[in-house]
Parts: sequence; C-alpha cells; structure tokens
Amino acid sequence: MANVFTNIGDWVTERAPNMMPAYRKHMTEYYAPKNFNLWYYFGSLALLVLVNQIVTGIFLTMNFNPSAAGAFASVEYIMRDVEWGWLIRYMHSTGASLFFVVVFLHMFRGMMYGSYKKPRELVWLLGMLIFLALMAEAFMGYVLPWGNMSFWGAKVIISLFGTIPYIGGTLVEWIMGDFLPADATLNRFFALHVIALPLVLLLLVVLHIAALHEVGSNNPDGVEIKKGPKGNRWDALKPADGIPFHPYYTVKDLVGVGFFLLIAAFIIFFAPTFGGWFLEHDNFIPANNLVTPSHIKPVWYFTPFYAIVRMIPSFLGSAVWGVLAMFGAIAVLFLLPWFDRGQVKSIRYRGTGYKVALGLFVLSFFMLGAVGAGITAEVIPEWFGNVDVTFWENLFGRTMTLIYFGFFAFLWAYTHFGWEKTKPVPERVTTHD
Amino acid sequence: MTKRQLLMKRYIFPLVLAFSLIVGSVSVQASEEGGLPSAGTNVQDQASLQRGAKLFFNYCVGCHSLKYMRYERIATDLGLSEQEVMQNLNFTGAKFGETVVSHMPEESAAKWFGKAPPDLSLEVRAKGADWVYAYLNSFYLDSSRPVGWNNTVFPNASMPFPLWELQGLQTAEMKPAKTGADPEVEKLVLSQPGKLTPAQFQQATRDLTSFLEYASEPAALERHHYGIWVLLFLAFFTLLAAMLKKEYWKDVH
Repeated sequence: MANVFTNIGDWVTERAPNMMPAYRKHMTEYYAPKNFNLWYYFGSLALLVLVNQIVTGIFLTMNFNPSAAGAFASVEYIMRDVEWGWLIRYMHSTGASLFFVVVFLHMFRGMMYGSYKKPRELVWLLGMLIFLALMAEAFMGYVLPWGNMSFWGAKVIISLFGTIPYIGGTLVEWIMGDFLPADATLNRFFALHVIALPLVLLLLVVLHIAALHEVGSNNPDGVEIKKGPKGNRWDALKPADGIPFHPYYTVKDLVGVGFFLLIAAFIIFFAPTFGGWFLEHDNFIPANNLVTPSHIKPVWYFTPFYAIVRMIPSFLGSAVWGVLAMFGAIAVLFLLPWFDRGQVKSIRYRGTGYKVALGLFVLSFFMLGAVGAGITAEVIPEWFGNVDVTFWENLFGRTMTLIYFGFFAFLWAYTHFGWEKTKPVPERVTTHD
Repeated sequence: MTKRQLLMKRYIFPLVLAFSLIVGSVSVQASEEGGLPSAGTNVQDQASLQRGAKLFFNYCVGCHSLKYMRYERIATDLGLSEQEVMQNLNFTGAKFGETVVSHMPEESAAKWFGKAPPDLSLEVRAKGADWVYAYLNSFYLDSSRPVGWNNTVFPNASMPFPLWELQGLQTAEMKPAKTGADPEVEKLVLSQPGKLTPAQFQQATRDLTSFLEYASEPAALERHHYGIWVLLFLAFFTLLAAMLKKEYWKDVH
C-alpha cells in the first residue's frame, strides 16, 4: 500500500516538480515567530469563516429564488422545508456577522503591533482591499432576503451615491436598474454576491497571504526575527526565533478554531438573531415600498460608518460631504502606514501618547457604532430626561467623528515631530530561552 | 510583571471587555421592546402549543393565514395525528401537506377592515412575543373606531377583537384631556366579565402567543435539541486540540 502512495507521489512530483517546494515554503518551512499571542488567531479564523460562507452559500443558492416576487418566500422555504436549511442559513447569517467581528479584531491587532509598517505595507493594503470587498459583499448579501430592512437599507445606501453632484441621480438609477430597489436590483446583487465578489475576495486573500509570506509575520514584540540570530532546530540559516508554521501554528490555530466554533455554535443554536443584531426584526417583514420601518439602520458592522454620514451636515447646498467623510474614514485606514512615521512597531514599546490615542480611537469606533445603531437617540432621553436629543446626539457623534479622524492626524504629528518617547525594543522576541 | 499579571493583562482583560460589550449590546436591544411585560412563552411546552393552535384555528384563521406553515408540520411538531389535525384544526379543506391559508378574500377584507389582515407566519419574529401577548390583552371598546375596537399597544388598529367572548369587554379610563393633544388611555378596566377569568385569559393568550412563536420559527424546536450535543462535541474537540497543541509545543521555549 505504502508503495502505491509513493508511486503516485513520484508520478505527480515528476510532472509538477515545484509543488512540494511551494508547500514547504508556505507551510513546513515558513518560519513564524514563536511568540504569537491570542490576537494572532483571527487571521486563520477569518479564513475559516470565508470557507464557511462559501460552502453554506452554495447550498443556499440551490434553494434561493433571486427575484423580488420569490426571494422572501424562498428564504422561508429554506428555513422550514429544506432539510437542515435552517442550520445552513443560520451558519451563513451568523458567519456574516462573525466575519466582521474577526476581521475588526484582526485589523486592531495589526494596529496594536504595527504590522502595517515597513516592510509589510503591501500586506496591509491588500488586507484593506479585502475589507472593502467584504463590505460590498455583506451589503449585497443583506439585500437578498428581500425583507423590509433589506429594501430600505438598500434604498438608503444606494441613494448615498445620489449626493454626488451632476451624475448622482443617474448613477443611482444605473446601480438599481430601476427607480427603486426592484427585481433588476435583486438580480444583479445576487450575481455580484454569489460569484463576482467571492472571486475577488479569494484572489485578494491569496495575494494577502502571498505578500505576508514574502516578508514574514510580525509579532507582539514587533521585532524582525529575520534580522535576529540565525539557526534553529530545523535549519541553520533560518531565524532562531522562528518555528515552522506547520505543525506548530496549525495545531495552535486548531485550539482557536475550537473556541471560536463554541461561540459560533452557541449563537447559531440558541440565539440566531442575536437579540435583533444579526437578523433584524424588521427583516422578517417582506419588502414593502409603502411601509417604512420605524428606524432604518444598517446591520451593526456598518453602523460606525453610517454614523459618520449622519453626523456631517450638508453645506454649500450639497449632502455629499457626509458620504465623502464616510469613504474618508476607510481611506485614512489605507494610508495608516504613511501617517505613522514611528520606527517602533509594537504598542509594548511605544509612547504613552500612542497608547492613549489608540484607546480613544477604539472608543470612538464603538461610540460611532452606538450612534449609527440609534442607541444614543434612545439613551439620551432615558438618561437625561427632557433634552434636545438631536442636538446632544449630533454633539456627541461629531465629537466621536473628530476623535476618529483626529487619531490619524495626531499619529502623524506625534511621530513626524519626534514627540514620541519610546522604550528600548529588545533584540529578540521576549519569550526565547 | 509576574507571569500571572501578564496573563491577566493580555488575555483576561480583553476577554472580559469583549464579553461585557456583547452582553451590553444585547440588553440595550432587548430594552428597545419598550418595557412591555414578558409574555412568558415557552415553545418547548407542547401542551401549551396545542392549546394555542386550537385557539388560533378557532378564532384567527378566519382572517389570518400562516402561509409558510404546513398542517403536516404542525401535526409532527405538536405531537398530533393526521386525523386530529384534519378534523379539529383544518377548517379550510386544505390537504394535509398544504399550508394554512385563510379563506377570506383579500379584497373584501381590505374593504371591511380598511386593510387586509396580515399573514401571521412571522409575526412574532417581526414584533416579538411580548408585543403580541400585550396586544392580545389590550383591546378596549371605542365607539369612535370603525369596527368599535381600539388597542393601547397598537393604537387605532383596524382589527376587531375576536376573543372578547373569552376575555369579556374592556373599557378605557382616559387621562385628563390636555388641550391640543390626543386623549391618552389611563388604564383598561374589565367592565363585563367573559367566559374566562382574567388569569385564565392571560394563560390562553400566552398559549396563543407560544403557538405563533413556534409558527414563526418551527426550527427552534430542533435547534435547541441539537444545540446541546453540538456544544458538547465542540467542547470535547477543543479539549483534544488543546492537548495536542501542548504536546507539540513541548519543545518550544
């Protein structure tokens, strides 16, 4: 038997001689720093969720009817009449939200340990492109069940493009293929959601990982193991503080997968709507262009960006500024490697100013989320009684928007003028013997 | 910093933060329901679902459909035989495998009530069980309305109250009128008792809400059942993975 396998292996190797070297380069001979902590689970978890979305998505596609007349009923058909359909749908809907949880944490890790800095700018840029593609993918997926929130969410988000001077109105009609979100809109969003954007996402993920493996992984100490001492148990020329990705990090990531699946399964089986955050109440009402939901708001992962649109007032006769600010909020993230001129990567050795600024940035992101989700509009009258809610909400939301963008401005000044007092960075990762 | 403090700082603190954020966000959303009393429904209580189904098919199906719910599925999930369902619940002449569709013609319904009665398949998922339960308990006589009924939970609802025989007749005591504002209801009083006592009626509407909650997501019965086993398996898997990791990482210092 062993002989048969060896023969097949030799047969393939003879015809594809670069396959095993490629496997070794990316798995058994990819040397990752040995000091990864909890924050380093989220990359592999994002990949896991991507696979889950593709596999469950394929099965949903088999029973989904991409038409304005049939979409809503076909989703209920999946929930009730398709064998295990409810499980597949909940895996997909929970997966969508957890995708953003994991990706936000993954990005925050990159910010905390300076993983976006030289020589990893390309890894960061490709990652940001993945984030953009993911947002488009999630938005279109959210429209497909054709509930009332799908309809009105689509209408509000698409009409953001209507604020662009001169071409806005035409552009909105072109995107929708109609004057309202309708059959044509649903059809094209389906095509984009199930094939176009997944292909883009997969390609970007391959490039993201390929770019990472060119330069090697960063680590919580932010030291370059390639510049440290050489020689480990496997290779005399490779970094002393590196360990083979496979099997060390594959088995370690398996533990992360276990914990993650426990949380995911708990949501899928016991709280699939997650209190109305993952599947919203108004989306169990079929799309109706005559009945507006009481609060139109996007799903939770878009709320920080949606809040920025709402907080920027129109002026000079145009509402485009809010939309520009929203895209700006993502654009500044793209440019993070160039805002931050500091040489020290990890938060462990950076100045107090950086730590405070990053904390405030995270806080502003959460608070903008609360504004976008309509939580502040509810909490303000509850906590402060009879006050002008719009005024205080705007004041709060605009302050948070200022902090969000202020982080990038501060970071530039802080590092450009040399105000940062860093601690000495160790020569090697702190956990070596 | 000791190893323990380091552990606290790097793992425990972020975990606690994440957990409190999740709990916080869910409870904020829950409070959005608007302070309605809890419906106290339980879809795992099969007897309650059976009583609720009986009420639904006696009082509601005349106007409201459950167009995504099949008679056959109701039989299976509620532990009833085909005969029981077809004789006691199915008054529309539909086949056992068909869905629950009301015979009321939509157009005339819209003419009679001002609005066609909505399908109730997903009512509980859209409005919440607490809302449906409160709605069913909040009808009162109001001669100013076209059908003579009004509702404090859903003001100016166009639906007449079909359960009045059971509950009796409620009338509203109004708050002192403010100039320029619509009159507001102070409280509802039972001016004429019905066939059931108030406690019995609350139980009946709780049963009906439970049935509608089940109808809005029949899979809830299955997912609770399988969920426990999936979690147990995953806990075991995670334990094995952790042991495997520990074994492999023995030689990493």
